[in-house]
Amino acid sequence: MTATAAASVAAGMALVLDDVTLSYTGNPVIRSLSLTVVPGEILVLTGPSGCGKSTVLRALAGLLPPDSGRVVADGAAVESTSRDRAVVFQDNALLPWRTVRSNIELALALRGEPRKGRRETADRWIAEVGLTGFGDFLPKNLSGGMRQRVQLARGLAGAPRAVMMDEPFGALDTQTRGVMQRLLVDTWSTHPTTVVFVTHDVDEAVLLGDRVAVLGRAGEPLRALVDIPHPRDRDHLDHPDTRAARADVLAALNHTSET
Amino acid sequence: MTTLHQPTVLVDTEVAAEEHDPASTRRRTSPWRSRLVRITSVIVAIVAWQVLTANDVRVWLRFDTLPTVTDVVSAFGTQLQSDLFYLDLGQSLIRILSGFGLATVVGVATGIALGRSELFADVLGPLTELARPIPAIAVVPVAILLFPSDEAGIVFITFVAAFFPIMVSTRHAVRALPTLWEDSVRTLGGGRWDVLSRVVLPGILPGVFGGLSVGIGVAWICVISAEMISGRLGVGYRTWQAYTIVDYPGVFVGMITIGILGFATSGAVELLGRRVTRWLPRGERA
Repeated sequence: MTATAAASVAAGMALVLDDVTLSYTGNPVIRSLSLTVVPGEILVLTGPSGCGKSTVLRALAGLLPPDSGRVVADGAAVESTSRDRAVVFQDNALLPWRTVRSNIELALALRGEPRKGRRETADRWIAEVGLTGFGDFLPKNLSGGMRQRVQLARGLAGAPRAVMMDEPFGALDTQTRGVMQRLLVDTWSTHPTTVVFVTHDVDEAVLLGDRVAVLGRAGEPLRALVDIPHPRDRDHLDHPDTRAARADVLAALNHTSET
Repeated sequence: MTTLHQPTVLVDTEVAAEEHDPASTRRRTSPWRSRLVRITSVIVAIVAWQVLTANDVRVWLRFDTLPTVTDVVSAFGTQLQSDLFYLDLGQSLIRILSGFGLATVVGVATGIALGRSELFADVLGPLTELARPIPAIAVVPVAILLFPSDEAGIVFITFVAAFFPIMVSTRHAVRALPTLWEDSVRTLGGGRWDVLSRVVLPGILPGVFGGLSVGIGVAWICVISAEMISGRLGVGYRTWQAYTIVDYPGVFVGMITIGILGFATSGAVELLGRRVTRWLPRGERA
């Protein structure tokens, strides 16, 4: 099945930001950032609001060319978007005129899958994200959580080697968010790829990441890069090591620039 | 909406956003009353026309010059039997469909190019802006001079009339398109062509149909006027012809025919538009 096909390729893409400066409409948001994303890991990007988390993600996806420095994916410079680097956006990124199934089929089509078999593959993805029976629904008739399930399926259906997730659960209520986090971890274990996950929620960062990078305010350097000792292990959330890591992330987040 | 297939795998509190339509719960009176009022209103207008014209009423307005309802109906009956009527009808339809169809294709293509390419906007933008304020009907003399046949001239005028509303609304729709959709298709591996065919074209349809609705209206005005000026066949030509040979019931038959044709074509555009934009938040339920 798709899982074995994806696993036979390397588990994920190595992404490198090398002394990168990024700006929006002339205002630099990220200055001289260097960061390496290890193949197959979930790296969480967090930081105060307006710090440029999403900007970094756009650069990694190839949607925003850097002013200076290099963005490198598996040794090659990133010059444009690629189906190897998919993006899951916060909300409303599904094509509203396409049904759930058709949105997923589009990802398969753009990946070059033959028309025959797309429907079956799409239906498998729909089942995998728990939306069986909703294949013919339009996005407007789904709840926010369900739309994010579809985005997750669409993002992963193209068998990307890296997925950038831009606060994908940010607009969801706490309960739905918990379910979606579990779904993400499950899906990611069956379809391993590199994930760069942006969130401003410390608990989400510590729960999902192998490592958590805390960005400074616009233009400031990286504040911290914290290793999570027992990644994605809910039984170890209260473990002293995990709590220490969480405290480190929190300290870096609350750290103000006067020191 | 209770018959929806509910999947059992959903363990969380999500529910499909099948919000009930507030309009359906609004208290409403019997639909028959409203239908009765509407029919009565039309009947009263027709009867008033008949009374005014049959009794040759002259109260500043000279109703005695106009044909009665029965004259018009019998003239319509005779027309429906004649081949010429259908020839005129077909000719007008061919003209409007070719002019309007051409305007749709060229208008949408130009609108997209103007909305997405800076170079194109610089080259063609000023020209279209200069030509836009000129009413299409004022182009008639130029069309007569420019085109070797009247037929091509009439189609050209219809094209010019429908082109601008279609082009302008397309350009606005392209500019209003959320970038998120384009970003998402590009990050799935889509190229320029994929963005154009899978995001831009479907995404601008609501705006484009706004332009098409306006376009079909002005296209009819211009095709009829052009036919009155320079046609050999067509509903507009026939209507004007009827006036010059003092066949006043014939004028009314022409007017009514034009009205019906306009109504039918606008209705078709409207219906098609609603079908392809079901996905809008306020669209028809799929």
